[in-house]
Amino acid sequence: MSPEGPENKATIEPGSPFLAPGHSYASVTDKISTIVLVHGTKKGWLAGFALAFALFMLFNMAVSYLLYKGVGIWGINIPIGWGFAIVNFVWWIGIGHAGTLISAFLLLMRQAWRQSINRFAEAMTLFAVACAGMFPLLHMGRPWLFYWMLPYPDTMGTWPQFRSPLVWDVFAVSTYATISLLFWFVGLIPDLATLRDRAKQRLAKIVYGVLAMGWRGSAVHWRNYEMASLLLAGLATPLVVSVHTVVSFDFTVAIVPGWHSTIFPPYFVAGAIYSGFAMVLTLAIPLRYFYKLEDFVTARHLDNMGKMLLATGMIVAYGYMMETFMAFYSGNKYDRYMIMNRMTGPYAPIYWILITCNIVIPLTLLWSSRIRRNVLALFLISLVIQTGMWLERFVIVVTSLHRDFMPSAWGMYYPTIWDWATFIGTIGLFFTLFLLFIRYLPMISIFEMRELVHKTAEEAK
Amino acid sequence: MKRHAIYGLMAEFENSDELLIAAQRAREAGYRRMDAFSPFPVEGLADAVGFHFTRVPLACLIGGLIGCSGGFFLQYWPSVVGYPLNIGGKPYNSWPNFIPITFELTILCAGLATVFGMLALNGLPTPYHPVFNVSHFELATRNRFFLCIKARDPKFDLQKTKEFLATLKPKEVVEIES
Repeated sequence: MSPEGPENKATIEPGSPFLAPGHSYASVTDKISTIVLVHGTKKGWLAGFALAFALFMLFNMAVSYLLYKGVGIWGINIPIGWGFAIVNFVWWIGIGHAGTLISAFLLLMRQAWRQSINRFAEAMTLFAVACAGMFPLLHMGRPWLFYWMLPYPDTMGTWPQFRSPLVWDVFAVSTYATISLLFWFVGLIPDLATLRDRAKQRLAKIVYGVLAMGWRGSAVHWRNYEMASLLLAGLATPLVVSVHTVVSFDFTVAIVPGWHSTIFPPYFVAGAIYSGFAMVLTLAIPLRYFYKLEDFVTARHLDNMGKMLLATGMIVAYGYMMETFMAFYSGNKYDRYMIMNRMTGPYAPIYWILITCNIVIPLTLLWSSRIRRNVLALFLISLVIQTGMWLERFVIVVTSLHRDFMPSAWGMYYPTIWDWATFIGTIGLFFTLFLLFIRYLPMISIFEMRELVHKTAEEAK
Repeated sequence: MKRHAIYGLMAEFENSDELLIAAQRAREAGYRRMDAFSPFPVEGLADAVGFHFTRVPLACLIGGLIGCSGGFFLQYWPSVVGYPLNIGGKPYNSWPNFIPITFELTILCAGLATVFGMLALNGLPTPYHPVFNVSHFELATRNRFFLCIKARDPKFDLQKTKEFLATLKPKEVVEIES
């Protein structure tokens, strides 16, 4: 590396928890950029991409058939009109929330440990929101008429009903998708410049060069840039809370027993963060293993995320407790019946699996720091939590609707093969996008790692 | 504006402290038109090159105000004037129900204004910039730090400025073709 000259003096001393010792500006830059620029397409990546893409094709097939036949191919019917579509929508959008929380809220809190995980957590947010958005659109039956939900002066002379949470949801989710995209792209600009400057191939130089828009790391650029990041973080933090609050309003504003409850907004937000951090772990653990990023995503990061799971999991557990308590304390016989039906009715096994996955397993094991630092255990727990959170949404949607006020209107919901194909298909869509992201863009923020090297070296002085 | 044959002089440094001190010394020596380039944000560097005040927050505020008032009006006008509907006896202007969308649009417009304001204030996209003609400049996004004194500076004199920059102990001083 003759033109680069000697390495910089700022190197990391042992004892720094968020970065392995021995790193310099040059080494962090090279290590992360070579994953994209030098290593190219690896066999393992290709195998993963093939699998994800196959599932994505399953999604396309399911959607094509849906558009041909209509939503009748799903298991939804009266009384359960919402079914998988809304379960999956809430699940995916909840997963997205941890990404914004890591990059925005932890930035405001000046937590250095977010710096090596925020990039792929933000990408996760973006792709999870894309998956989430599919479901309400498809559930409409005629998705090409989605623009009817937007306020525009149409020839019919009608307007959306602005007092309805379902209209709020349109604004909340589309704002969230836009702001997440902006936040992610703004974070990428200096790294795209790094890739432009490190790329050897002409095409890569042109593509990264165009995307970097002429970024040159000027002091003036950085001052405006840092202010913009801070402001975006300040805007995104209340936004995240508002999005899942509005999602919970879709339920709570209805008078259905099991939905009509004031605990829903905080309990939904905590649940979103719970499942989102679990997804971050599900992604981070294989990534650091396959791409040898243990230097950047250290045991300390995993430990911190384990603690976040523990904290948010306890809020979720409190939500379950309060739901049960209020059903009896309210003295409302419909509420009481709803909770008894949930625990002992036809969907009781799902409820108890949910309690096991969300409360019993994680909230007993995660207290131990040995388990929080055990990569395999943490990976398995993260999968268990995601299953649990998906079941939670299933229980909320289905068990509340299937037996409400009048026994003559009761019914059962069974998902069809097309429900499953659409759901599994979005997992394919998510991983297709995510694998393309880790192949073509830096999965860890390079400039923030250089900043971390600088800060750690300063502190060691 | 007079067109100079060269854009300015570029001094290359090994670390951020050297660059910061160099920028401060150049400022003390009376240079005003300069810029510094670093692979990560360096605290105090913007002040040292004479950039004290960022207008990004102003852009954010304006965007937020437009989003807030526009968002409320977007709901008020159809609900009260354009297509009034009696929903459960609620007043036409049921403003508490309009808060969520007003909030979302405030965030949306403030965020868009922040990002596009930041890009505009930074002059991005910039298809061509003379500093990219400097041979090692690609290291500005890796591990090297640069100070540029522009030819536009009233105190700029090719020979004298070169000598001055040499006193700051840079790795190298080069002329930037414009």
